[in-house]
Amino acid sequence: MKADIILSGVGGQGIVSIAATIAQAALDNDLFIKQSEVHGMSQRGGAVYSHLRISDKPIASDLIPMGSADIIISVEPMESLRYLPWLKEEGWLVTNSAPFINIPDYPDLNLLYSEIEKFPNHILINADEIARQVKSPRSTNIVMLGAASPYLEIPNASFEEAIKKIFGRKGEKIVELNLQALRAGREFSLTHQKEKATK
Amino acid sequence: MEKLLLLGAEAIAQGAIDGGMSGVYAYPGTPSTEITEYIQNNKIAIERNIHRQWSANEKTAVEAALGMSYAGKRAMACMKHVGLNVAADPFINSAITGVNGGLVITVADDPSMHSSQNEQDSRFYGKFAMIPMLEPSNQQEAYDMAYDSFEVSEQFKIPVLIRITTRLSHSRSGITRKELKPENKLSYPDDPIQFVLLPSNARKRYKGLLSIQSAIEEAAEKSKYNKYIEGKDKSLGIIACGIAFNYLMENYPDNNCPHPILKIGQYPMPYSLLDKIVNECEKILVLEDGYPFVEEQIKGYFDKSGKITGRLSGAIPRDGELNPDVVGKALGKEIKQYFKVPEVISNRPPELCSGCAHRDIYNALNETMKEFGKQKVFSDIGCYTLGALPPWNAINSCVDMGASITMAKGAADAGVRPSVAVIGDSTFTHSGMTALLDCVYENTPVTIIIADNATTAMTGGQTSPATGRLEEICIGLGVKPEHVRVLTPLPKFHEEMVKVIREELLYEGVSVIIPRRECVQTATRSKKEQKVKTEEVAQ
Repeated sequence: MKADIILSGVGGQGIVSIAATIAQAALDNDLFIKQSEVHGMSQRGGAVYSHLRISDKPIASDLIPMGSADIIISVEPMESLRYLPWLKEEGWLVTNSAPFINIPDYPDLNLLYSEIEKFPNHILINADEIARQVKSPRSTNIVMLGAASPYLEIPNASFEEAIKKIFGRKGEKIVELNLQALRAGREFSLTHQKEKATK
Repeated sequence: MEKLLLLGAEAIAQGAIDGGMSGVYAYPGTPSTEITEYIQNNKIAIERNIHRQWSANEKTAVEAALGMSYAGKRAMACMKHVGLNVAADPFINSAITGVNGGLVITVADDPSMHSSQNEQDSRFYGKFAMIPMLEPSNQQEAYDMAYDSFEVSEQFKIPVLIRITTRLSHSRSGITRKELKPENKLSYPDDPIQFVLLPSNARKRYKGLLSIQSAIEEAAEKSKYNKYIEGKDKSLGIIACGIAFNYLMENYPDNNCPHPILKIGQYPMPYSLLDKIVNECEKILVLEDGYPFVEEQIKGYFDKSGKITGRLSGAIPRDGELNPDVVGKALGKEIKQYFKVPEVISNRPPELCSGCAHRDIYNALNETMKEFGKQKVFSDIGCYTLGALPPWNAINSCVDMGASITMAKGAADAGVRPSVAVIGDSTFTHSGMTALLDCVYENTPVTIIIADNATTAMTGGQTSPATGRLEEICIGLGVKPEHVRVLTPLPKFHEEMVKVIREELLYEGVSVIIPRRECVQTATRSKKEQKVKTEEVAQ
């Protein structure tokens, strides 16, 4: 088993929490992990990414080689496209459709969506809205993790356990909100898959 | 022992704690900050009451660590690469004084300048100081090296340098811990003048340092971190330092590299292993993150054969960090790329947070400076450096910690009026206070804006030793109290800020303006923490 994952978004959108949750779930499944993240200046509202590698064999590099990521999980639609050179040919592009606009020249959203829709293996989900629906508007990142979870070879129960561990310190309420966000994201992708299959 | 998921920086912290460290001394700086933060929150460190408060700058950190070593205990000083420039004086001299308790200096280099103003390679400093150096290739080695480093230091009675780079520092992996060692007991150096670097004694101490060089070379030869891996295809031999080893192995999935490999993790360079690989192979490729430190030394000036390749020969780009693809290309591997970045994508540079006080400061400063002309504002290292970018384009320099004030002074001496410095509160206490003293001494006409957000914001909100005491410090250094002006940077006070800045710009002497409002990041965080606490109490 091997999964090379690129996480992307804007500084402050919580991609480190997604990475930490997947890494915890992988650790609980006795897998090897390497997870590289960005700290410092780039966190201030700039483009941020994380390379997360999981395998049942020891992993050499902390960084994913180009053209070999299995999946890009993005909390922001434009950012999902920035790391395409790392995606493998049949890789998955799973992204939030709600933009984070903090630059004057943010591109036309429809152009972004049409770029994303070019990929046969894509999930475009309004994670902001789903997070609001489950009354956890700050859990957009965990909705995205849920949406990506069907494409990661880790049992769903492990993600739930990982969320309990990682958010446990912040209290039961926060854990419950994040669990709901995770489930809602996952549900979206599974439904989407079924719809696609019946088409 | 349990397996922990740790950043490279945290692995060093845990290794140092488990290795019996009694104190960490550091100034925050990406990518080194997480070492000290981890220790600050670690249970054992708290139980043992390991010293873990921030220092004013890297120089004071190394000096305090040296003092703890003098007293027989194990100490570590941590910093980013440019921090070692600040600490260079005590660092180099600590090799001459030698140590009593183990002394380890951990430096995190930032090739590709993710969050820095240069990509200098700290291995040169280690060689300059003539001390043993450790460079981990992965998180487990980072832990093991930190764990062992105090004993290496105590064995040779000199400090040890641990060098990591951004990618290792900020990448997580599973770590297996070792047994927790006891701390050293308080003890004084055997020789009461060991640390007295009067010339007569310094000459003796220096001879001593020179005399142990062969022993530290021998230790590197035998080190478990320097490994010769045999290979059948001797058309190429590969020397891989630190994290470069991982990028190399990524290109040979099942450890099937056909070429001999020399993995280097401890310096001085293992000369006999180098002899072996260079003699045995037709060509050599040196893989190292940072400068061509090893390549330059083994190639030398007179070798024009082209046998030694790496960053100098062009096999690897001369600047920027390594990655699996750069290394793959140098090995003749095909780089896969199926998709390009669509043209529709825009750049998204970092920016000041929404609601940040620096925004209000620059709005007021820019409006005032319209009356006084362009290119007269010197700035410094911190979040406010982002004021150099649009929409503000407000500052004209960012060089090193504290340089805003001294550059403004030099420019004022040359005739620039008004000459303005913008510096943060933490940067001011790091290296701005002596600069201010220079200005006061000559009553140089400069206007210094200390943007006080009550924290070291850029590195994630560490405490700042001057919080609540900036006016006292400035007045104490000799600034006239009527020219120390405190403002609240909020849009509603814009007019007042412009008025005060204008008044001080017109003053022919030293003035300090302190716009004070807490960093929005730390304010939000402390509110959240307060909320969690209140809820816990309620339960």
